[in-house]
Amino acid sequence: MSDAAGPRPSHPHAGSAGAVPGDVASTGDVAPPDAALDAPDDALLVVRGLKKYYPIRKGLLGRVVDHVRAVDDVSFWLRRGETLGLVGESGSGKTTTGRAILRLIEPTAGEAIFDGQDIFRMGDEALRRLRRRAQIVFQDPFGSLNPRMTVGDALREVLHVHRIARGAEADRRVHELLEQVGLSPDHARRYPHEFSGGQRQRIGIARALAVEPEFIVCDEPVSALDVSVQAQVLNLLADLQDRFGIAYLFIAHDLSVVEHISDRIAVMYRGRIVEVGKSEDVIRRPRHPYTRALLSAVPVPEPGRKALYAGRREPDGGPTPPPGAGAHPAARWEGCPYYPQCSHPGKDMECTRVVPGLDRKAPGHFAACIKESDVSGAP
Amino acid sequence: MALLEVENLRTYFETEAGLARAVDGVSFSVDKGEVLGIVGESGSGKSVTSLSIMRLVPQPPGRIMPGSRILFQGRDLLGVSEAEMRHIRGNDIAMIFQEPMTSLNPVYPVGDQIAEAIRYHRGVGKRQARARAVELLRQVGIPDPERRAADYPHQLSGGMRQRVMIAMAISCEPDLLIADEPTTALDVTIQAQILDLLAELRERLGMAMILITHDLGVVAQVCDRVVVMYAGQVVEEASVDDLFREPRHPYTEGLLKAIPRLGKPVERLAVIPGTVPSPTAWPVSCRFHPRCPYGWDLCVEAAPGLFPAGEDRAEGVGGVSDGALVSGEDRGSAGVRTSRCWLERHPERREEVRRRTGPYEASRVGRAEAPAEHWHAASAAEHAAPEPERAPPEAPSRPLMGDPDTEEDVRR
Repeated sequence: MSDAAGPRPSHPHAGSAGAVPGDVASTGDVAPPDAALDAPDDALLVVRGLKKYYPIRKGLLGRVVDHVRAVDDVSFWLRRGETLGLVGESGSGKTTTGRAILRLIEPTAGEAIFDGQDIFRMGDEALRRLRRRAQIVFQDPFGSLNPRMTVGDALREVLHVHRIARGAEADRRVHELLEQVGLSPDHARRYPHEFSGGQRQRIGIARALAVEPEFIVCDEPVSALDVSVQAQVLNLLADLQDRFGIAYLFIAHDLSVVEHISDRIAVMYRGRIVEVGKSEDVIRRPRHPYTRALLSAVPVPEPGRKALYAGRREPDGGPTPPPGAGAHPAARWEGCPYYPQCSHPGKDMECTRVVPGLDRKAPGHFAACIKESDVSGAP
Repeated sequence: MALLEVENLRTYFETEAGLARAVDGVSFSVDKGEVLGIVGESGSGKSVTSLSIMRLVPQPPGRIMPGSRILFQGRDLLGVSEAEMRHIRGNDIAMIFQEPMTSLNPVYPVGDQIAEAIRYHRGVGKRQARARAVELLRQVGIPDPERRAADYPHQLSGGMRQRVMIAMAISCEPDLLIADEPTTALDVTIQAQILDLLAELRERLGMAMILITHDLGVVAQVCDRVVVMYAGQVVEEASVDDLFREPRHPYTEGLLKAIPRLGKPVERLAVIPGTVPSPTAWPVSCRFHPRCPYGWDLCVEAAPGLFPAGEDRAEGVGGVSDGALVSGEDRGSAGVRTSRCWLERHPERREEVRRRTGPYEASRVGRAEAPAEHWHAASAAEHAAPEPERAPPEAPSRPLMGDPDTEEDVRR
């Protein structure tokens, strides 16, 4: 992971959010930079106009005929010690977003200002320094742990690579880390396969913590865990945040989990953020029809209580188009990407003409829907 | 008479780590037209239970132990020939799985695969089977079914593939459909559609269903009755209303408290300490005792039976005397509530622990993996801190959340 630096990104216009490499800037749907949705002055991370396009190649020569817009003009910000939940269904681009802002995959365009510096324009050395401040926890930590290395060795390696500690000092730190994540120092001598799923996730968290980061991308950290263990890991993440003031970008598909852990929530749909705001606002007063559809689909563990938005469930109009379908040449859609599924009573042809940008619908609450009124009183 | 009665089912596996008692003495029944939920975490034995009913457990390494009985319409499926069993599968009992891609043949159009199943089981002609396949695809909500019938599985989305599997499963109008995590691999909006479809089909075809899932939300929305499994055993059985209103087994109680609930945020989640045990090394006596906040000496000394629980216990429903084990004959009547826990014999213990430490109070870092003894001490010590409100079991269920603007619900 520490070696994900790679070459500098090739995005000559990265400074301005709207710019994209020549052959993809054809849709005219690029919203002007919106100051990343009222980013506060003390924001730790401000992402503007993040795009990740994958080329679709055709023919013998591999000519690029179009792009899959996995992430398309995503902007958000994050304060120190805060959790932003990033929720969406498969193919919505949430994982790509999380990895792109750490440069684990190279973004196509945009900027990510982390404490004053643009991550997307960092050179190798700057990136290495960044890895001491920004880390990631994956869904399956087993896949990223060396099976032949004891947990202690794996943690010591991180400390060594980042020149944090060596020898006895490193041992002491490994014990401390294991205790911080609820394991015992004896566990340092064991191998990854000797641990249960929940314990492995604790090891993944310990490894991220080793560098004492200010920011952690949590990519579906509890999705693979049993229900009875999931709560342990969620509480652990909350405790570590209280203790060390770490900011989380918490990526998950489970709305209940995201609501529980997040201060604010951003909802992604087909590569875009369609709604963002305080958790309470997004869950209780959703302003985008897609968010309402998501909420109404969550089965609630109370018999008789159908759903948070019972009666407003998305009509079963057959299948949702497969992920990325909107970006496919044959299915290019110039209007609101959610239009075909949308159940908003006010939806009309106007929705098919332009991709809506994120508008302020209430203080700190943004939604990409032209049919939702602004209740904040602001212009 | 119940449609399906599973009695003392034991399915063991030979593994490198030793004998895995994956399903270890499971009994339950399903009535006609009823939806039974089987809930459990990974390794609880819920999937092996369903495979055992279908006789699809690979033998070896698996083995359904002598003394197990699976009575379907009064006939023991464990005694019938393989040829008869092939007839029963599909015709009388059908099954759908989590990942439909693995049960569909990738090189044949989906319409042909459904038609083949119809021809096999019903002996009708090619054209007739084909027409029926298209009709079934229409019934499960696939748009433009004539054209879709010619598609190959990989051309369909996950939700569509699951619809195809359901179409195939209901093609012979089975009396019982076993659905093993049918929506786990699907997005939440698609899951809602599939659950609606299953509910509608059950209504229309009057078939019984066993829904196997780890998702308590799905159970609450779909099932009539619930069996909770832990470590290869049934630990609690109840109607869905009873289970969610007043869970009797400490494991069920912990599960219900550990899940975050949409629209009802809490400061801190309650936690079940420790991890799910391994089937090769179940804890002795009560298998939940190492993780149980109520546990005491008795739980280590002797294994609890499935006791009548809750109101059943007090009233002695069905002639079962107070505290007596539920015998085989009493199983299957929908009113029975049972819990595999000594608390049913010693109710004072439940009250005492709740008073003293508060079960499943949120733990701090480092305590989550502590064994039970430390757990008690830890929760007791922590109890000085203000605790989140805990609804007593007798309390009426909270107001419905139909209106998301109800302030006090969310502020809890």
